[in-house]
Amino acid sequence: MNQQEQEIIDSIKDTLSDNIKNIYEFRGETSLTIEKEKLLEICKRLIDEYRFIYLADLTAVDYLEVKIPRFEMVYYLHRFDKDYEGNTRIRIKVELSGDEPEIDSVTSLWKGADWLEREVYDMFGINFKGHPDLRRILMPEDYEEFPLRKDFDVRNREPSKKSFQNDLISGNN
Amino acid sequence: MGINTDPSLGGQGFLTTKVREIANWGRKNSLWPMPFGTACCAIEMMGVFCSRYDLARFGAEVNRFSPRQADLMIVSGTITYKMASVCRRIYDQMPEPKWVIAMGSCTCGGGPFDSYAVVQGIDEFLPVDVYVGGCPPRPEALIDAVMKIQMKIDNEEAPLL
Repeated sequence: MNQQEQEIIDSIKDTLSDNIKNIYEFRGETSLTIEKEKLLEICKRLIDEYRFIYLADLTAVDYLEVKIPRFEMVYYLHRFDKDYEGNTRIRIKVELSGDEPEIDSVTSLWKGADWLEREVYDMFGINFKGHPDLRRILMPEDYEEFPLRKDFDVRNREPSKKSFQNDLISGNN
Repeated sequence: MGINTDPSLGGQGFLTTKVREIANWGRKNSLWPMPFGTACCAIEMMGVFCSRYDLARFGAEVNRFSPRQADLMIVSGTITYKMASVCRRIYDQMPEPKWVIAMGSCTCGGGPFDSYAVVQGIDEFLPVDVYVGGCPPRPEALIDAVMKIQMKIDNEEAPLL
C-alpha cells in the first residue's frame, strides 16, 4: 500500500472509528466490518467525504457451520484519482443473521448496485429493503431455492426441472 | 437410378428413379443447418462452416438462423434448464423432416457441469440423431456427424407427396 492510500485509510479509520466493528489489512487490502444499520450512512460518507463513487462489486458469503451470524455481505468500493497513487479500494463487510436476512439496498447511492443485488437475492435469498425491482435475475422466475446457499445440494436438479416443465406448458420462454 | 438417352425417346435423356431415392438424395445434399450455439463448441462449429473445413462441400452451407427454414439443428454448447425450453421451442418450430446433432460433451451428457442448472444431455428433451463427443470436438468430427446424418437420411422411407 502506498503512502497516499495509507493516508486515506487512516483518515477513514479516524473519522468512522465509532461505527467500525472490526478492521484488518491483508496483502495491502483493507476490510472494514460495520453494523448493518449504519451501512447507508457510512457508504454515503465514503462517497461524499472520500469520493468512493464506484461500487466495483457486491456479493455475499454463506458461512453455514463455520460461524454465526450466517451471512456476510461484501462491498468493494473504488476511489478514482487524478494520480495513480490516489486510486484506492476498500472492502466493506456486513454480518447478517437469520435464515431470511434483510439489509438496506445501496441502489440509492450507486445505481449499478441494482443487478448486483438482484443476483445476490437470486443466489443467497438476501432481501434488500428499498430495492426498486427485486426479482430473480439468473434462475427462472418460479424457481424456489437459493442455489449458492451451503445447505442447497449443488447437484439437485429437481427444482430446475420443475421450472423447465412449467415453461414448456406455459410456452413462457 | 438410371439415365436413358434413347434417340426414339427424344434423345435428350431422362432419369428413372424411385420417389424415395430422389427425395432422400435431395434432402441429404442440401441440409440447411440451424446453429444453436450456446458456448465454446459454437466457435468450432463456425470453423466447420468457414473456408478451411468448408461444410459447403457436403451441401450444408446455408445456415439459417430462422428455425422455419432449417432442417438440421446443431446444438453446440452447454444447455441449461432455462435455455432448454427455448431450445425445445426452436426445435418445435422447425418443419418436418428434421434432424438433430448433439455437438460436444455438454450437450451429450452435461460435460463437466454436474450442477443444478445444467441439463445432463439434451436427449432429456430432444430426439438426438447423432452425438459428437469432445470438448470441443474437432471440426472433422462434426463433418463426420453431418455425413452420418446423410447416411441416415439415405435410409429413410418414402415421403408422402
